[in-house]
Amino acid sequence: MSSDAQPVIVSTSPHAHEGSSVRRIMLDVIIALAPALLASMIFFGWHAVRLTAVCVAACVACEAGCRRLMGRDPGIGDLSAAVTGILLAFNLPPSLPSWIAVVGCIAAVAIGKQVFGGIGYNPFNPALVGRVVLLISFPVAMTRWHNALEPGRWAGLSWVDGASTATPLGTVKTAVSGGEALPLTWDGATLMDFLFGRMSGCIGEVSALALILGGIYLLVRRVISWHIPVAYIGTVAAIAGLLRIVAPGSNMPVTFHLFAGGLMLGAIYMATDMVTSPLTRRGMLVFGAGCGALTMIIRRWGGYPEGVSFAILLMNATVPLINRATRPRVFGTKRKKRS
Amino acid sequence: MKTIRAPYRVRGGVHPVYRKDRTREKTIVDLPPPALLRVSMAQHLGAPARPVVKKGDAVARGQVIGEPSGFISAAVHAPASGAVKAVDNERTPAGGAAPAVQIEPDGEDRWIEGLEGLSDWARADAKTIVGKVAAAGIAGMGGAGFPTHVKLSPPPDKPIDTLILNGAECEPYLTADHRLMIEHASGIVQGLEIVRHVLGAGAVRVAIEDNKPEAIAAMEQALAGVAGDVALVILETGYPQGAEKQQIYAITGREVPSAGLPMDVGCLVENVGTALSVRDAVLAGRPLTERVTTVTGTPVRAPGNVRARLGTPYADLLAACGGGEAFAKIIAGGPMMGLAQPGLDATTTKTASGLLFLAPGEIATYSSMPCIGCGRCIVACPMLLMPAELSQFLEAEDYEGAEGLNVMDCIECGCCSFSCPAHRPLVQHMKQGKAHVMLKRRAAKK
Repeated sequence: MSSDAQPVIVSTSPHAHEGSSVRRIMLDVIIALAPALLASMIFFGWHAVRLTAVCVAACVACEAGCRRLMGRDPGIGDLSAAVTGILLAFNLPPSLPSWIAVVGCIAAVAIGKQVFGGIGYNPFNPALVGRVVLLISFPVAMTRWHNALEPGRWAGLSWVDGASTATPLGTVKTAVSGGEALPLTWDGATLMDFLFGRMSGCIGEVSALALILGGIYLLVRRVISWHIPVAYIGTVAAIAGLLRIVAPGSNMPVTFHLFAGGLMLGAIYMATDMVTSPLTRRGMLVFGAGCGALTMIIRRWGGYPEGVSFAILLMNATVPLINRATRPRVFGTKRKKRS
Repeated sequence: MKTIRAPYRVRGGVHPVYRKDRTREKTIVDLPPPALLRVSMAQHLGAPARPVVKKGDAVARGQVIGEPSGFISAAVHAPASGAVKAVDNERTPAGGAAPAVQIEPDGEDRWIEGLEGLSDWARADAKTIVGKVAAAGIAGMGGAGFPTHVKLSPPPDKPIDTLILNGAECEPYLTADHRLMIEHASGIVQGLEIVRHVLGAGAVRVAIEDNKPEAIAAMEQALAGVAGDVALVILETGYPQGAEKQQIYAITGREVPSAGLPMDVGCLVENVGTALSVRDAVLAGRPLTERVTTVTGTPVRAPGNVRARLGTPYADLLAACGGGEAFAKIIAGGPMMGLAQPGLDATTTKTASGLLFLAPGEIATYSSMPCIGCGRCIVACPMLLMPAELSQFLEAEDYEGAEGLNVMDCIECGCCSFSCPAHRPLVQHMKQGKAHVMLKRRAAKK
């Protein structure tokens, strides 16, 4: 017809969209991680910059390389590889040589993500896959810790010299498993150090405050919901509290468990990874609680001082089951069928 | 008569930008019949009507030109007096083909003689009134187009205790129902009272979203004198508050069972435009030959609400609203559930709530990504389905699996696609899945 002079697009409804995108979500995660990166630079200097830059570059390059080998489009525009890079870097000790970090990036992106088909298909959190591969392959380098604000932090390209120290969780673990008294006095000043992140640990995990700040941004931006972090942190607090009541002599207080180690980084940024966490709100609560319980079991009775990475990876494996078990009751149906 | 807030909170849903400002204050304008009417016989849900006129016939306005061809079907009447130019097949707004009667109006707009209303409907029995509604060819004007006389004849074992008048109009852009309520509140209420009488419904609820204060005020005033258990229920503005099942839940807390109908929970939902048509049919014996449609969108030069004859081509609707600048999408209906049109050749039907034009800058084309499992579609789904999961079943063509996950309960409201950051065509998957399951069920019956 003559009135059809203008070419028009015909597509299925809806013809409106809220405007969100995967790229925007990933960008929000990067923005949310900025305060923690800043804190990390203050505490670990050059090495925070070095490891983050190396990991982001390696992850993005690895993603593009894998996609190219598979004959697919580069796919790096969604920024998910960059997020994996930052998160992996945040899970590394400051003195780790760059080449080891690159090995971790390849493990994270190639084995953790692309072999499954790329974004959306990976069952396990890629950054944690990278970290655990490194932890098992390079146990010494991966547990070589430096105190925050050590003078050597801006000194040189590598940080192999200087006094190596243990993380607070490691100190406690050694003492408790050796049957000794708790090595840390827990007062207001120590708590403040823990809150701001003035302690030894992975570069991005130390500053609880910076991580919580970013977490609030993610909540406001609706990138994450409260369910996983609250269930995760709440369960850790409940178990730590219970242990402290039952045996105060061999268990640190609740606040220690909340702010030591990688709990905040794990609960706010790693366990909430959309691809590897449950779909439903109820499922998220189950998942978060499971992460919390496993973290405390590993911290208290496991072979490693910290259990966040393993806890999340183990719970990642249960996500399909949780999804199946927590399907909502469809409107207008009685109790759902078990399938 | 009382005014209350909806007592139950509908789960899920989204908040699209409503963009009703361009037409919400525009008085309804009566459009004269265009040069040529092309009246589709598929005006409603169910079997299309069967044309009963032929080329060369002279018809009067309101004369039957299509007879219902099944239990779920409705009559179609000449929207203007004139001469039948052709009876052919034409594309429907939904994309199918159906017989259509072309009428060249003679400019006299002469009604057929002998149309008679029921002077005393309050004493008439339900059967007589429903007969009038059927003769007028009324079909639900909210969008689904279910023949109204069928709806008004529930089986005796499904009594209706609550009659709901739907004035939610939750689709963005559309303001036709809004204007109807402001300009024809008393007529709508008369229609409502007639339907209540037919059904013997004890409770009447009038549902309007709280973004329509003028409509609420007008309906409050019109309802003031109505006796019995009558309430105006103010719904929180949100999409899809106008969806039948969600509205029944918001007002009564009852869930229409899966695969069931509102009458299964003693409810019946009628659109405000339908109620007005029922009044015209019963009080004046006048068949449904026109309806109010919102013609809007930034490319439209003079957007507005028009009362157009059925069979008015979209091109004439646009021309009546000042014509349009460059547009990239034509949508019959609203942006959430409307049907994109390949051109302006389709014509106004009984379900045509709006004609929306989108400018090239207002449409985004996406390439879809794998599901990233964010769960936003699950939070958004008002039927509490898991679109993320379902879409993966459907991509794998596992229709049985999708059926087990209640794909047939999907109301195609579009909330899932609207909120998917990976831009997955979730509703498209659902529609496809539903069609496959329907085919399979039909084959199993044979």
